[in-house]
Amino acid sequence: MTFSPDTVQVGDKLPTLNLPAVDRTVLALFGGSSGDHNPVHIDIDFARRAGMPDVFAQGMLGMAWLGRLVTQWAPQARLRRFDARFQGITHLGNVISCTGRVVEKLVYEGTLCARIEVRSTNQYGQTKIAGEALVALN
Amino acid sequence: MIDRKWIGHETPASVLPIERSRLQFFSKAIGETQPIYTDRDAAQAAGYPDLPAPPTFLFAAELDSGAVDDLLAKLEIPLAKLLHGEQSFIYHQPACVGDTVTVTSRIDDIYDKKNGALEFVVKASKAVNQHGELVAEMRSVLVCRH
Repeated sequence: MTFSPDTVQVGDKLPTLNLPAVDRTVLALFGGSSGDHNPVHIDIDFARRAGMPDVFAQGMLGMAWLGRLVTQWAPQARLRRFDARFQGITHLGNVISCTGRVVEKLVYEGTLCARIEVRSTNQYGQTKIAGEALVALN
Repeated sequence: MIDRKWIGHETPASVLPIERSRLQFFSKAIGETQPIYTDRDAAQAAGYPDLPAPPTFLFAAELDSGAVDDLLAKLEIPLAKLLHGEQSFIYHQPACVGDTVTVTSRIDDIYDKKNGALEFVVKASKAVNQHGELVAEMRSVLVCRH
């Protein structure tokens, strides 16, 4: 649904954000631009020594995608809080969908806000990140 | 075991100048295509002085400065054992190109689960701008798997 602060209702769904399959390039670009140079995300030799089958996505890449989900719906200036719980490793080849739903309207620090449940899920239905965002409505 | 003496430890300040080319690179990496995040004119038309940092960008401050690496070394957590458990942000005002954000953190808690197989470090951070105004508060739960 298109964001309209006056008409947001509990149950409204945010437009889904569908990402391309995770590949090594996106992990390298995110490592460089985010400042997270942990080689476990970019160097297969290091990842294997760490006991992982291969490199895997930075948690904050998944959270950044959820941030896109929210800010493509409502302007970032309305974002008051944003929380993520990383529930599973996002592997190469995972095709992530980010979804969100308005679950409550509440007053937060004097401002009417929508509480949004957000989630990122891979193509097998496995949740990778569950989180929440608070978006100001006035 | 991570030494519990680090509860209460505070990190030195990490100073992050918000730079346009860095934000454009970050947007490219996350696939962000909304013009306000890459085009100054679009950002200004939306009421920002320049490109705004996207919601999770300030996490970079303590990575760039080396503060996270220093902290992991002190806590004796190898990168190979590190996972990110939770992350939260509370926003007070935007950080835009031209701003300089300073982040300081405190270790609020260290605890374990599964008889020590997993250890958790809770880090609380404050980000202020060059005017001393609070920009954001962050909270990270880092996980060390044994």
